Amino acid sequence: MKLEEFQAKKLFDEHGIPVPRGRMVTTVSGAEAAAEELGCPVVVKAQVKTGGRGKAGGVKLARTPREAGEAAGKILGMNIKGFVVERLLVDPALSVAGEYYLGITVDRKRKVPVMMVSASGGMDIEKVAAETPEKIFFHPVDPHKGLRFFEAKEMAFKVFQGKKNALDAASVMVKLWRCMNSLDATLVEINPLARLEDGMIIALDAKMVIDDNALFRHPDLESLRLPSPAELKELEARKHGLSYVRLDGEIGCMVNGAGLAMATMDVIKHLGGTPANFLDIGGSSNPEKVVHAMKLLVSDDNVKVIFVNVFGGITRCDDVANGLVKAVSTVDLKLPMVVRLTGTNEVEGIKILSEHGIKAFGDMTEAAREAILLAGKGGAGR
Amino acid sequence: MSILIGENTRLMVQGLGRDGSFHAGRMLRYGTRVVAAVHPGREGETYDGIPVFNTCRKAVEKTGANCSVIFVPAPFAADAVLEGAHAGADLVVAVTEGIPVLDMSRVVNELDGMGVKLTGPNCPGLISPGECKVGIMPGGIFEPGPVGVISRSGTLTYEIVKRLTAAGFGQSTAIGMGGDPVVGMKYRDYMELFAEDPGTELVVMVGEIGGTDEQDAAAFVAETFHKPVVSYIVGRSAPPGKRMGHAGAIISGVESTVEAKVEALSRSGIPVAETIEEIVDLVAAGLGGLN
Repeated sequence: MKLEEFQAKKLFDEHGIPVPRGRMVTTVSGAEAAAEELGCPVVVKAQVKTGGRGKAGGVKLARTPREAGEAAGKILGMNIKGFVVERLLVDPALSVAGEYYLGITVDRKRKVPVMMVSASGGMDIEKVAAETPEKIFFHPVDPHKGLRFFEAKEMAFKVFQGKKNALDAASVMVKLWRCMNSLDATLVEINPLARLEDGMIIALDAKMVIDDNALFRHPDLESLRLPSPAELKELEARKHGLSYVRLDGEIGCMVNGAGLAMATMDVIKHLGGTPANFLDIGGSSNPEKVVHAMKLLVSDDNVKVIFVNVFGGITRCDDVANGLVKAVSTVDLKLPMVVRLTGTNEVEGIKILSEHGIKAFGDMTEAAREAILLAGKGGAGR
Repeated sequence: MSILIGENTRLMVQGLGRDGSFHAGRMLRYGTRVVAAVHPGREGETYDGIPVFNTCRKAVEKTGANCSVIFVPAPFAADAVLEGAHAGADLVVAVTEGIPVLDMSRVVNELDGMGVKLTGPNCPGLISPGECKVGIMPGGIFEPGPVGVISRSGTLTYEIVKRLTAAGFGQSTAIGMGGDPVVGMKYRDYMELFAEDPGTELVVMVGEIGGTDEQDAAAFVAETFHKPVVSYIVGRSAPPGKRMGHAGAIISGVESTVEAKVEALSRSGIPVAETIEEIVDLVAAGLGGLN
């Protein structure tokens, strides 16, 4: 679960990390009032769960409350990489003397959290990593012992000048780790971590991703979920045990297993078709799941054909067949459907389908060709 | 021949819930020596002829179990892995999906320190066809043979194995290493074992978007692995920043794309199949080249 900046800053604040005293607002008048209250100048910042909002015009400086209102008017409703701006953070504009980068994320290769610190703050850190990797310092964190102060201090002195700056930064590092660890985040990031002209070290931006798998330990954090309309659909899918990601194509896919679902999308693309989505119905044979999956697929207006690809291992083909028959009648399916069914109890499954006039393929590539054909997209592979 | 699991495997099943009990029976009928089950509060019972214990410690004491498979629900699964390892299992296979990643980071590091091997979590397990299966793979599609299979997914592995078996290429051991960002053993760990296994002549490596495990494996193969390797990578049509079902399958930088992985594999001399069908051809060519 990705958090928006204002949410992450609040959690950082609760863990003792200095952040600006900003206000989250959702209207022009709200922005004006916040600017009035905080005192100008202020920065008006789009709250979106993606990078690059500055370049997109989603961050504006305002010298008066009226300017803050104008900025809010421009930013609210803006579409930044598919995210429509509904919320703004109004922060006091501070006098910055230096910008740094600080982040901790779980390193898949080392299998431990790794802290990254750089004096090249305020920039796209992936770009820094690609172009000048020597400017980023890495420190693996022992997940049992956590980040100790002396380790943070060693890192801080590589990047920050002077005792006070380094020790203050080290303190932020330790607090950032504690925040990550206690809230089960998979990423915490401050970019930029600023040194102000008055010497204060403060987090001017905040990114945080909470581990969805750990939310059972943090039921209170669930309320921080602010899904966009697209995410709402994915979330609804997850409630039913489905994993769904919408794409822009025409072939609605229903597959068991994430790897096979990706392979199915790839085959469709390889043969010249366009997948409308990723949809993994998981390993269960529950017919209700199939019904929900079907509802999800037909709710996408782009979908011209339904492609079901199931390899029964633990999932039994007859269960899936029963689910499909039920789904077709429940949603009153008007779209053509191509079914590929193989594996455990496939003979029984295919029999059930054929009794209801549904033909099943045994081979996924053949079935994909048929789906592409039906979508009116005869492809390169035929 | 096989790696990690075989005739000497004495398995305990941790968690006799719906999935655990179902698969305990399936494993037993496949021929796996399932010697114990662990489910607190049910000690003294038997399930499908398998004695049940409250703790792994007791199960190992009474039955000499040396391998454990975890079906315990996610909130308790990390601790279950540790329990199995501390009780004396040499290999723990965690089927459970949805374990918090920081928990796994701690568990993996502790197991590394103990010298206990871990497959998974969020994995279908392993099978050494004809000898032993640990996990949830459908036994029927496998045949004994010379091909080692390592994959990050379940059903995609079955899809590939079915084709291999139909073409007459049986498997030594097939492994689903798991779809999470932090898992125990990875491609190169399994390859080290396949390198030593006289029964394995070729390895099929099935990868996907996310992380750089495939690149690490490619580097390892180029340096020290002398058996032919064939690979297939899925996720070409996946958009960046979106999790494709597996928590680990997410494009989060140039390095984790299919293109980057294919390039690294090709550079190491590993042929990458464009389609699923092509895998079988590459395997045939790889094994043919041995004669």
